[in-house]
Amino acid sequence: MKPFDILIVGAGIVGSAVARECALLGWRVGVIEGGTPAGGATAAGMGHVVVMDDSPAQLALTAFSRSLWQRDSEKLPKSVEFENRGTIWVAADEEEMAEVHLRHKVYEEAGIEARVLTAAELADKEPNLRRGLTGGLLVPGDGVVYPPAAAGFYLAEARRLGAQVFLARAMSASQGQVLLRDGVNLVAERIVLAVGTECDLLPSLPIQKRKGHLVITDRYPGFLHHQLVELGYLKSAHKVTGDSVAFNIQPRQTGQLLLGSSRQYGNEGPEVEAEILRRMIDRAHGYMPGLEQLSVLRVWTGFRAATADKLPLIGPAAGFSEDRSLWLAAGFEGLGITNAPGAARLLMDAMLGRESAIDASPYLPARLMEPARLAHV
Amino acid sequence: MFELLSVKINGATSRVARGTTVAAAMLLADRPSRISVTGEPRGALCGMGVCFECRAVVNGIPHRRTCQILCEQDMTIEASR
Repeated sequence: MKPFDILIVGAGIVGSAVARECALLGWRVGVIEGGTPAGGATAAGMGHVVVMDDSPAQLALTAFSRSLWQRDSEKLPKSVEFENRGTIWVAADEEEMAEVHLRHKVYEEAGIEARVLTAAELADKEPNLRRGLTGGLLVPGDGVVYPPAAAGFYLAEARRLGAQVFLARAMSASQGQVLLRDGVNLVAERIVLAVGTECDLLPSLPIQKRKGHLVITDRYPGFLHHQLVELGYLKSAHKVTGDSVAFNIQPRQTGQLLLGSSRQYGNEGPEVEAEILRRMIDRAHGYMPGLEQLSVLRVWTGFRAATADKLPLIGPAAGFSEDRSLWLAAGFEGLGITNAPGAARLLMDAMLGRESAIDASPYLPARLMEPARLAHV
Repeated sequence: MFELLSVKINGATSRVARGTTVAAAMLLADRPSRISVTGEPRGALCGMGVCFECRAVVNGIPHRRTCQILCEQDMTIEASR
């Protein structure tokens, strides 16, 4: 088989976005997927396209990526269910309201449109929230997509431009060669590992699985208008250890409600856990009592690919492998859907030696090298 | 003789025998129970509460499995959308 310019291992949303970028350049692209395309970390995501500000680097990447989603929104097929819903960060007390004002300032300085809502404005925008909440922060530019369809769109675009997809497990990936389980050996100048939480091809990857539960209801059009996230999310979701739940609910185009979120380390079984699910649903009832009357269709779990500093690994695998053909696009935790288009762009810039729209150094994998290994390089 | 009840299906009055399920009333009136996300008309398939295809709005409550509910006098029944 003729050599490829690039082989991408993983047809989740990140691998598929990278494939599209490469195919747009006219490269010979191969994509390798051993499971169901977009069936791993991508399927564990809600599809909230959101600007997050818990570090300047995270703010820069999410804002850049969101701008790419918005730019593409007209081109997205209906199946992607892109909707410019906006996020409301909900404040339950004065302490969280102080956080609202703080974040408002950060967003303003970064040029991200955001508006502080009073209690009355919040109740007016989302009448199914309980009374007595303090207010919120509306971020109108945030959106919602259906992650597997979004990944499918990127992959279909890549194929339309000539990319080849191999549905086979990659047994090894090194020195410009990827060996598939069916015996086929693919050759390329570069290999990108867009592997989500599956680290068996490069076990030194500093990625931990972080389990989450999602719940989807039947169709209740008009019950909810924005994606709502409690401000306590910042307190609970960004602890690096321990189990946590937070109120996070999203309106789907079908009228269905997608309810999150739970975060657990150390449990690598895919089973639904009644106790954490109960905590998650109780948390949501506390904000939206009317949820109690609605019926749930499905509950499922998935794993996010977490890193120690909450930032993804985008760039050469240097630091984790001596192999100069290996590149990484992994470790996106809860922001892989949002950040996929931005990450694809940054990776291409690095491969081509182009200047990027934002500073890409905070996402370089080598930053997470252990000090002992650093000393030997 | 069996007793007849009046119910409203999508606003139109139907007369059915006491003991008729809501799903059967909708089938008799040639009305789908619900319209799927992709716009297809759907109706009772299993008739025993398992398949959820017969969900409709009964007396204002959405997503009731109509094959498990008997018609009552003046009940309002609307196809789910």
